[in-house]
Amino acid sequence: MNIVVCVKQVPDTWSERTLRESDSTLDRDAADAVINELDEFAIEEGLRQAEAHGGEVTIVSMGPERATESIRKALSMGADKAVHLVDDALAGSDVLATSAALAAVLSQIGFDLIILGSESTDARTGVVPAMLAERLGVPQLSYASKVEIDGKSITINRLADYGYDTVEATLPAVVSVVEKINEPRYPSFKGIMAAKKKPVQTLTVADIGIDAGQVGLANAASEVLSFAKRPPRQAGTIVADEGDGGSKAAEFLAGRKFI
Amino acid sequence: MAEILVLAEHDGEAVKKVTLELVTLARRFGEPAVVWTGPGAEAAQARLAEFGAAKVYVAAGPEYDDYVVAPKTELLAELAAQKSPAAVLVANTAEGREVGGRLAVKTGWGILTDVVGLADDMTAEQVIFGGAINVTSKVRAGTPIIAVRPNAISPETAHGDAAIEPVSITVSDGAKQAKITDRVVQQRGARPELTEASIVVSGGRGVGSADNMALIEKLADSLGAAVGASRAVTDAGWYPHQFQVGQTGKTVSPQLYVAVGISGAIQHRAGMQTSKTIMVVNKDPEAPIFELADFGVVGDLFKVVPQLVEEIEKRSG
Repeated sequence: MNIVVCVKQVPDTWSERTLRESDSTLDRDAADAVINELDEFAIEEGLRQAEAHGGEVTIVSMGPERATESIRKALSMGADKAVHLVDDALAGSDVLATSAALAAVLSQIGFDLIILGSESTDARTGVVPAMLAERLGVPQLSYASKVEIDGKSITINRLADYGYDTVEATLPAVVSVVEKINEPRYPSFKGIMAAKKKPVQTLTVADIGIDAGQVGLANAASEVLSFAKRPPRQAGTIVADEGDGGSKAAEFLAGRKFI
Repeated sequence: MAEILVLAEHDGEAVKKVTLELVTLARRFGEPAVVWTGPGAEAAQARLAEFGAAKVYVAAGPEYDDYVVAPKTELLAELAAQKSPAAVLVANTAEGREVGGRLAVKTGWGILTDVVGLADDMTAEQVIFGGAINVTSKVRAGTPIIAVRPNAISPETAHGDAAIEPVSITVSDGAKQAKITDRVVQQRGARPELTEASIVVSGGRGVGSADNMALIEKLADSLGAAVGASRAVTDAGWYPHQFQVGQTGKTVSPQLYVAVGISGAIQHRAGMQTSKTIMVVNKDPEAPIFELADFGVVGDLFKVVPQLVEEIEKRSG
């Protein structure tokens, strides 16, 4: 089985994240860069499915030069090879251009199963898996908390507010995962050493047949007009419980007309 | 006046609150035309009229409930082509934004997600990076597709006709590839839905066990609230995953958020920071969640919460 896992490098949630004053795009230099957390679950799921059913796991990442670090980490977890779509023309791309570029890479390299995290911790749009399914004309199996494959048929539990739906489809398909699905492994020392020798192919937009005039910040279908740091919340009242903490909390709620 | 298409979310009988919020928002920009898939439109008609819906396009076929997202997208794309709306509004829920995203691919129109407000020129307000930064943004290609965060807009009544217009399209085979074969309901009691609730009570690591989550449920029930949980709780299996509030779970924006035994790591704050009022109970005075609190009690939650529940019941009894 040819499994492709899409990985995004994002600013670490623990560092201070901001946008650039010049063009209101993500300031990638301001924060530490890590693999999008949910993508680690996607990598793990890809590795487990390959272990169970045979096949190769290919990492696909679109991002600047620096995304190489995240690609190497994914390879050190056990993926076989990687494709890095890196082109200055892609900087500032919106979800339409991002999904178009990823779909072009995926079509070119081929796949039986595409796995992604259900959303990224930076943009948090959560739409890229659905957009890839739409562009590639394959089943959308998103928000998966469980994936089972039997030959060409694939069944997932799709998380919903009320519980979950069981969804069935035939491969090839796009799957997005939630963190309930598995426990991502840590790269072993051996894995880290092996990752250094694994092949990473780099592609430009020209290589995948995309016109540079259709992607990037200047051609985005939406634009950020302005941004500002949110003012900190006003300091509240903090009391120590001296046997009356619950009553005081109730008084506060009554004062605000919640009870 | 141009129509504003609003994709309804419902459970087959009742329309969800977020749809009424979208209809309220739509009224400012044109004629709200609700798009309803599957059964239940007749039952919901009066409610939609009460909030000013002009029309309800009803596609009652079973395929919208039987297959993941794609049939709804085809319907919306067809209506968008026929009606030339001034905007398409969807809820920023898992399904709403997926329909919006696929519609964006079909049309080439721009999409903005997790929008919390719209100015008169359709400039959107968003809150990003876990509540750290406010952003204004705008769609510049095609008709704006806007995914609006539940609970960000107050629903307001206004009379509309909510005239039902049946519509029927042929859903392509390509949209019937992901078949829903079973729907498993794991509801816990009759509580409001997490993202729609005006009050949310969440439990964190300090709650200590799955059994103790009953205390959180009790407090929630005394307030008519939804129950949420921190990631520590869902990871430990103390409470189902779909109740997780935070960066990898739900984003909530209720009138009141009560955080019990939650330290307030950035991952959690990202999901609740825009709540209007925040109350905290935690035994650690250094817990970062206190920075967000309008009111906080430093103390043992197993003493504070039962007393709070008793007081609430006394006052409302």
